[in-house]
Amino acid sequence: MQKKSSLEINKAKLLNFFSQIGGMTEFNILFLKNVFKPPYEIGEISKHMYELGVKTFPIVSITGIIIGLVLTLQSQPIMAKFGAEFYLPYTVTLSVVRELGPVITALIFAGRVSSGIGAELGSMRVTEQIDAMEVSAINPFRYLVVTRIIATSIILPILTIYVDALAIIGGWFGSYLTSNTTWDLYYSQVIEVLKFGDIIPGVGKTIVFGYIVGLVGSYMGYFADKGTEGVGKASTNSVVVASLLIIIFDMILVKITLLLWPVT
Amino acid sequence: MAGNLVEIKDLHKRFGEQVVLNGVSIDVAEGQNLVVFGKSGTGKSVLLKCMVGLLVPDQGDITIAGEKVLTLSLKELNELRKHLGFLFQSAALYDSMSVRENLSFPLIRNFNFTQGEIDKKVERALDRVGLLFAIDKMPSELSGGMRKRVGLARSIITEPKLMLYDEPTTGLDPITTKEISKLIRDLQAELKMTSVAVTHDLICAQIISDYAIVLHEGNIRYRGDLTQLTLSDDPFLKNFFSSEVFEDSYGS
Repeated sequence: MQKKSSLEINKAKLLNFFSQIGGMTEFNILFLKNVFKPPYEIGEISKHMYELGVKTFPIVSITGIIIGLVLTLQSQPIMAKFGAEFYLPYTVTLSVVRELGPVITALIFAGRVSSGIGAELGSMRVTEQIDAMEVSAINPFRYLVVTRIIATSIILPILTIYVDALAIIGGWFGSYLTSNTTWDLYYSQVIEVLKFGDIIPGVGKTIVFGYIVGLVGSYMGYFADKGTEGVGKASTNSVVVASLLIIIFDMILVKITLLLWPVT
Repeated sequence: MAGNLVEIKDLHKRFGEQVVLNGVSIDVAEGQNLVVFGKSGTGKSVLLKCMVGLLVPDQGDITIAGEKVLTLSLKELNELRKHLGFLFQSAALYDSMSVRENLSFPLIRNFNFTQGEIDKKVERALDRVGLLFAIDKMPSELSGGMRKRVGLARSIITEPKLMLYDEPTTGLDPITTKEISKLIRDLQAELKMTSVAVTHDLICAQIISDYAIVLHEGNIRYRGDLTQLTLSDDPFLKNFFSSEVFEDSYGS
């Protein structure tokens, strides 16, 4: 067999890259076409919210507390050096609510959920379960994909609010360890600094992140190659692509939200 | 004489450079049971998938129950699909659903039956395949033969006019193969179904078929009665059908 030149390999990779982008765009359009059509599958959406979201609570709980704690422990000596230790709760709260909470929660969610969706739908594709649905006159896209994307888009903002709250508590704990700050003082400073304009953009962008997690996982799984290798690839690619898109969209959304809700 | 339930004319399908179907034409009369033989990769499963609209052929015409499959809208195709049964090679049971849910799923989604009617139909279908006791089991708790039976029960629950079987006995031991094949034959007779089965399995073919075709290099190389095919002097057929297993079962 003739060996392919590196030029041919790169060409194939490039074509594959653009075909993936095209495929995902088409998938996205298909979602928008199907999302408003009945039946609305409320039962399925609730089931996925539980399976994909509620079961993620333990891992994000640990992460939330640690984010706040570590951020405080890292920032405290630097801020103390400049005599700005008093502003520690402000810094930690704003960093967590505007950026760290949403992004880290989304990345953990992508790691756990996007790979899970990719593997589950991939294995359904490989074992012909998706074909079986289609042959039974059931729309597998609406039943399997639309419900998952809606569930991830709803559950991630809820998880983020929860993580933000835990990170603030973690921040207080760090502050208590380093400066013996009381909860009442810390809490009053948090309440003083936190505005709606900080919470809305932070939580709002997680709707987009949740959508990305559901969309990418579903796309990779729905079009998985045959065989167990295809399922593995779908799972891995789901995490990689979803994480990358979260970072890229974060950059875009930060720019937009800063224009709409500037930091005062 | 009954009319044709299935008419396939000049069907072509290729994947890239590989020609899989190259002008296949088949008629299946109502009530008839056709078995499609062929080596692996000769397009047997592709033929079935084209018939139910899972794959779109490059050229040709498929008519099922008077409906031209390739010109139907998705809504019309789904209406037709409600009257078809398809048993997949792997049975394709929904892993996340119990046996009961697997069977009731198409009924809940496609028909307006009451819960009581659905329960009765599910129990009746499982009873027909001898697996009523497994109604609340999950697919992961079933053996290969049981999965095939549940898949069969799910396919016949809507009492389809046309049943399509993709390798119904692959991966099963000879005894279970015979059991499943007899079950298929009995259900075909009981429900007066027309069927097209793709298989390598001569035991299964002997039990369920009225006539057979052999696909070779994208075309129908032979068609006719299974006995004629297996006794043929043609070197290709002789080679294809020569196996001790077949000789034994054929002799018996």
